[in-house]
Amino acid sequence: MELVNIFVKSIFVDNMIFAYFLGMCSYLAVSKKVNTAVGLGLAVVFVLGITVPINYLLENYLLKPGALSWMGAEMAGIDLSFLSFIMFIAVIAATVQIVEMAVEKFSPSLYSALGIFLPLIAVNCSILGGALFMQERDYANIAQATVFGLGSGVGWFIAIVAIAAIREKIRYSNIPGPVRGLGMAFIITGLMGIAFLSFSGIKL
Amino acid sequence: MSAETTVQEQAPKAPAKPLFTAKDRKLISDPLDDDNPITVQVLGICSALAVTVQLKPALFLCMGVLFVMVFGSATISLLRNLVPSRVRIIVQLVVVAALVTVVDLALKALAYDVSKELSVFVGLIITNCIVMGRLEAFALANKPGPSILDAFGNALGYSVILIIVAIFREFFGSGSILGFSLIPQGFYDMGYENNGLFILPPMALILVGIIIWVQRSRNKKLIEAN
Repeated sequence: MELVNIFVKSIFVDNMIFAYFLGMCSYLAVSKKVNTAVGLGLAVVFVLGITVPINYLLENYLLKPGALSWMGAEMAGIDLSFLSFIMFIAVIAATVQIVEMAVEKFSPSLYSALGIFLPLIAVNCSILGGALFMQERDYANIAQATVFGLGSGVGWFIAIVAIAAIREKIRYSNIPGPVRGLGMAFIITGLMGIAFLSFSGIKL
Repeated sequence: MSAETTVQEQAPKAPAKPLFTAKDRKLISDPLDDDNPITVQVLGICSALAVTVQLKPALFLCMGVLFVMVFGSATISLLRNLVPSRVRIIVQLVVVAALVTVVDLALKALAYDVSKELSVFVGLIITNCIVMGRLEAFALANKPGPSILDAFGNALGYSVILIIVAIFREFFGSGSILGFSLIPQGFYDMGYENNGLFILPPMALILVGIIIWVQRSRNKKLIEAN
């Protein structure tokens, strides 16, 4: 039940885009067509689902104060948490590279669908944001961390597909020049964010 | 407050101006308006909006970004002929991550309450597209001098938008600026209420949308084709 709760909460209440503005850059840049938005969204779900658990293990068995106690009592006093930014970003960059090679080898069709988006994801704020929120919220076990990662990814996916659909339709509307394009995308995202506020406080 | 802050930041530059060529000056002034990193280049929005509920954390984040960008650009620009282009992204990420760690530890030591308020957003300077974007687009191909100016200008352009948004949100949302209450008690007695919507995340997006609208109505050449 706790897992379902975390999943729903990370999709709707703590939505990466509408509540924390994470991954806005690629969200605005790649949301002109629904097809490409679906591709990037899937890649984000995929990478978040892999990197958050890996970073969870790193955090709990390497970086946290006292995390090294599995190596012996004398190591328990070591605190490596100042390394967490560098470790997280290195894990993310490496994972993205490995995932890219694995997908290319085992599923060429998925690779051609995600192709150009996978390398871009290393610098998507939502991936590092997922790792940092995982660190801050201190999930109890790896299952919770994984579900949180997947849920955040799905929330991001929903957001980018929705805005892409709206932007495709809105292309035929007569919008005043200065607010055309980027300005409108911001305002629409704000309005969608207000809609998502209605989810706040739900608990399963 | 917005005018004051930008003037303060630019003031030390003014006497040194004759030293700079017109091209150098453009590196600093362009990102403030015509080539603003947020409203025109669409870089660095990720961590920008969440910290603008109040002016104080926004100012601290701006200083962090300024520090990371200037030193990151200088480092990458010095390393540009040594780093093979295949591994440049990793090198950039490591340099930036090390600088951000410095900022994070400094904030924790000097301003612990602000550091708690900014929470993960200090760490997110690493993936702030504005840092990587300028490293890729400018510092990799230019000498340290111009790279530092470019980084400084872009960090200022980023700060201007953050400060404007933060001022509007704090004034209308909490009736104060930098924690000092500006709206007299009499207004509240007459039935005035702070607008809670300004504290919520969506209003930041709408405010940036409006800033873009205002900027593009003044500057017609930025208008996008449909």
